[in-house]
Amino acid sequence: MSRLAVERLGIGFGGVTALTDVSFNVEAGEIFAIIGPNGAGKTTLFNVVSGLYPPRQGRVRINDEDVTGLPPFKLARRGLSRTFQNLQVFFRMSAADNVMVGRHMHEKRNVLAHLFTLPSVLAQNRVTRAKAEELLAFVDLSDVADRTAGNLPYGALRRLEIARALATEPKILLLDEPAAGCNPVETEEIDNVIQKIAATGVAVVLVEHDMKLVMKISHRIHVLDQGHTIAQGSASEVRTNERVIAAYLGRHGQREAARA
Amino acid sequence: MMRRFVQSPYAVVLALAIVIAILPLVLPSTFYLRVAALIWIFALAVVGLNLLIGFAGQVSLGHAGFFGIGAYAVAIGPTHLGIPPGLALILGAIAAGVVAFLVGRPILRLRGHYLAVATLGMGLLFAMVFANESAWTGGPDGMPVPRPVLFGWRMSGPWTWYWIAGVTLVIGAWIAANVIASPTGRALRAIHDSETAAQVLGIDVARYKLIAFVLSAVYAAIAGAYLAMFDGLVTPEASGFLRSIEFVTMAVLGGLGSTLGGIVGAALLVLLPQLLTVFHDYEHIALGLVMIVVMIFVPAGIVPSLANLLGWRKS
Repeated sequence: MSRLAVERLGIGFGGVTALTDVSFNVEAGEIFAIIGPNGAGKTTLFNVVSGLYPPRQGRVRINDEDVTGLPPFKLARRGLSRTFQNLQVFFRMSAADNVMVGRHMHEKRNVLAHLFTLPSVLAQNRVTRAKAEELLAFVDLSDVADRTAGNLPYGALRRLEIARALATEPKILLLDEPAAGCNPVETEEIDNVIQKIAATGVAVVLVEHDMKLVMKISHRIHVLDQGHTIAQGSASEVRTNERVIAAYLGRHGQREAARA
Repeated sequence: MMRRFVQSPYAVVLALAIVIAILPLVLPSTFYLRVAALIWIFALAVVGLNLLIGFAGQVSLGHAGFFGIGAYAVAIGPTHLGIPPGLALILGAIAAGVVAFLVGRPILRLRGHYLAVATLGMGLLFAMVFANESAWTGGPDGMPVPRPVLFGWRMSGPWTWYWIAGVTLVIGAWIAANVIASPTGRALRAIHDSETAAQVLGIDVARYKLIAFVLSAVYAAIAGAYLAMFDGLVTPEASGFLRSIEFVTMAVLGGLGSTLGGIVGAALLVLLPQLLTVFHDYEHIALGLVMIVVMIFVPAGIVPSLANLLGWRKS
């Protein structure tokens, strides 16, 4: 039984087919990367798996349960969380509040208690805040906890999204280009964070263009091109695969990937 | 510590309670007491609406519909059904909540302009019902509203209503502050900034929009009932389109997402026409001008802009 199983997934928009017959499994504790050229369908794949788009064909299973077509909030309650390539931070809230929102599912949601702020609500707020501070420390953002998210630098926002996704206590974490727009130091930090997350038994699925990062930390790599799977395997298998070199890495990319 | 408290929504509630308690000592005549009572009543509706528009980010151009439900509940209940006014007010608030729940489920799926137009239609519908069901509502001319009697004390006059509306506004602002600081409030603010991210974090977005819609409807209904009892009369204008626009304008002018902003906005829109009577026939033009100027120079609304200027808000 795989943590996450994607079976023959297909989706199109109007006449354009975005994904055809994509299948893979991700196990607990694994770092599974999805790579491919722009427009290969990587983000679309994430959007289908996380329930934002309903698939045209195929199934998605979490721990063997068929979850195809469930709305995102129900998938979240089954342990799936994600970050976004185009940041979806709550920009008007503080960094700590962003992470506190991630604790939503684990909080008591009795609205009547909230209206009158019963002592239990205050106690819960303190617990949620403490948990948020813990997660901010984990991604090294403790010093900006009370700053408005909209005023934070780009690299910090990437890590804030990861902390927020972790707040849901996911079993499966989809990271959409976590290192995009980050400098080498920030990328290094993110790479450490991802490895720490996987070490706790979370199945991590990663979409990323930074080949050094991908080759260094991924256990397995899945390569998409124009919505089709063209290869899957370990870093060394993928970087020597002729089809991958032709479609994506190129000769230069292959050298760069080999150095990682 | 001090800084933290000033920024907390409870500081606003405390300040409001103090202002309401002190104001009658400095107001020169009952005319001003009457104006202040009106401000508290409108502010109550706006504080509720702000939960929906300012925090959850969902526009409603039809909240006068709920205001009307409250107003007609305290008119129809005692007159036609023999229900005492106090009970009629509670039933009116519940009715508004139930109607908001039923209407909200389908229309809150709409976003942005579409939601605005749908709520606009909803408001117009209520106004039409109140204008046309003359056997129950007195038609376009409206109907009288009996004054409630509590332990033999007839509740009428600006002095009485100043306190009733003032105390209710403090309670309403306190409840709003509670909601904002709770998981529900965080969910609403999250929905405002990114519905997609909110969903992915396990927030049932439809449920929270509905909660904000129902809450704001109940606030509006209570305010509507107060105004009707205060005036002793209710007409279909209570739930008219202009009233809905007035609520939204109060919220936007004062500053969306700020409870104090809602109250300041209500105060401005109640006070301005009183101050502008010197301009007589040009009153509406002057009012419109003031609004345009405010929107150009302080688009975030008066209170958030002032707070920024005074450095009350962190970076």
